[in-house]
Amino acid sequence: MAETKTSFEELPDAPPRRRLRLSWTGKLGVVVVAFWMVIVVIGPSISPYHEADILDEALFIVPGSDNPYPETDYQPPSAVAWLGTDYLGRDTLSRTLFGARTTIGISLASTLLAYLVGVTLGIAAAVGGPVLDSSLSRLNDAILSIPSIMLALVIIAAIGSTIPILIVLTGLIYASTVFRIARSLGLDVKVSDFVEAARVRGEGLWWIITREILPNVAMPMATDFGLRFVYVILFISSLSFLGLGVQPPQSDWGSMVRESLSGLPYGSIAPLVPAMAIATLTIAINLIVDDVSAHSGGRLAGRMI
Amino acid sequence: MTLLSALLRRTALGVATLFVVSVLIFIGTSILPGDVANIILGQMATPESLAALRAKLGLDEPAHIRYLIWLTDLLSGDLGFSKAGAGTGTVGTPISEMLTPRLINTIRLGGAVAIVAVPFAVTIGLLAAMYPGTRLDRFVTFTTLGLISVPEFLVATLLVLVIAVQLGWLPATAYISGQETGWKLVRALAMPALTLVIVASSQIMRMTRATVLNVMSSPYIEMAILKGVPRRRIILRHALLNAIGPIANVIALNLAYLVSGVVVVETIFAYPGLAKLMIDAVQTRDLPLVQACAMIFCATYIVLIFIADMVSILSNPRLRHPK
Repeated sequence: MAETKTSFEELPDAPPRRRLRLSWTGKLGVVVVAFWMVIVVIGPSISPYHEADILDEALFIVPGSDNPYPETDYQPPSAVAWLGTDYLGRDTLSRTLFGARTTIGISLASTLLAYLVGVTLGIAAAVGGPVLDSSLSRLNDAILSIPSIMLALVIIAAIGSTIPILIVLTGLIYASTVFRIARSLGLDVKVSDFVEAARVRGEGLWWIITREILPNVAMPMATDFGLRFVYVILFISSLSFLGLGVQPPQSDWGSMVRESLSGLPYGSIAPLVPAMAIATLTIAINLIVDDVSAHSGGRLAGRMI
Repeated sequence: MTLLSALLRRTALGVATLFVVSVLIFIGTSILPGDVANIILGQMATPESLAALRAKLGLDEPAHIRYLIWLTDLLSGDLGFSKAGAGTGTVGTPISEMLTPRLINTIRLGGAVAIVAVPFAVTIGLLAAMYPGTRLDRFVTFTTLGLISVPEFLVATLLVLVIAVQLGWLPATAYISGQETGWKLVRALAMPALTLVIVASSQIMRMTRATVLNVMSSPYIEMAILKGVPRRRIILRHALLNAIGPIANVIALNLAYLVSGVVVVETIFAYPGLAKLMIDAVQTRDLPLVQACAMIFCATYIVLIFIADMVSILSNPRLRHPK
């Protein structure tokens, strides 16, 4: 066994790894995404207050003023609260930093779950024979023919909304789109010459899946992962915005926008900060995806909209 | 002949999908033990009153019978009763009464969006495709990429901030009593419609541009370029005719995507449409009402996707005559 392995490594069969060159927009995207990923890890430890803390009135007393009970809600940015306060007088900056972990964490977990389920079933449908393929595909078509938000609303109406429910629900809804892509990519690769060759060599099914099919669908799937992640972030935020996602007092970007929407007429920036946080993250991911897919033929992004 | 059979096959597929969707929605709302009888009676539920109400509502039947009853009621236009206004002994407001005014409002909103967004977006998308790489094209590509990657509520929030708060041109919420006509109706519709127009047009623009550019890379266009046909003429006479099918497909698809946009936008502007009704029903766990609204939205969605399919078959000779 060890002998065959060394002899395989000596073969000059693999082309040299292509280096990914990003344009400046792509690089900007990478920087912004990296920034938010750092915030996910260290956000809560660098935030000035806790996400649920309602700031004390004493903090807002203007020196020299005789008002001992100043307003604390919808305060403009100041030294006390760098990005102002929300409708309850909580620090917007702290809630945005805490919310990064909730929003990105839930979205990432859902997307990973969607990929786990979607790729497993998609590849299974591609290699598993016509009966498995058509039954899985028909079920998938039915799920895809319902707008995802409708499916989520119906389920949430029936069983309520907690973070685990949100993750599983979103993961399963988005698994259907992943399934479709994984299946079609798997089918493409399956009929290619090198898989035929492997089969003729007498390789097992598992070997073919892990060594031939998966590496070849990895790059397009990675690009799709980025897009899917954006959709999931928007989806989770929209649900939270509707009051059906993450429940208070936990902060999450979507629900933060909703909670402080009433401050908008008073010129409060509280709803804009989390909205901008979502926008920067999703636009950044899209910039990377656009750049990568432009280099890999550019057809990918169009196909996956 | 093949065209007719393709049409029939798609129609059958559409009906089958609707059926499966109705099963999914029914299962989705009845996975939990607590049923409508429980919800209606709430705290006052005694085993006897529960059993009586269940018998009255037909909830004591097995699941597949209940599904069939629900489906036949649905098909005959009887949407059942909402939890709203329900007390001991009464079963609440008939859903069809609650739905009708809301449905009209939502159709108004969707119609207004479609009338404005479609011509606008297709024109801009075409212009961008006619002059690729120019400042206009780059502006369109970049703006629309930005717009499709941000949530609808951000677009709405910024619009409120600028138009309602800073400029004070329009009210921030859309209050409609049903009596408005003319100018007042336009004012009430303006903000939610504008938001949806922006969201929907950016998708349509991007996809129109991509479709036309895709056609532009085909050999016969290259031929036209080589023989010296002016660019504008190539686009309008050669490329556009072949792109009409895909573009119509794009439009139908995007109007279908509006279904989810409507949900968010109606909530932000407190627009009294069907989607707002559904969100409120989800919050109060009014399952029959949720089912009814979900069925209407899903049916609309499926019909629009079906139209998109039809258009692409009708406009593509190769799909019309499959080998």
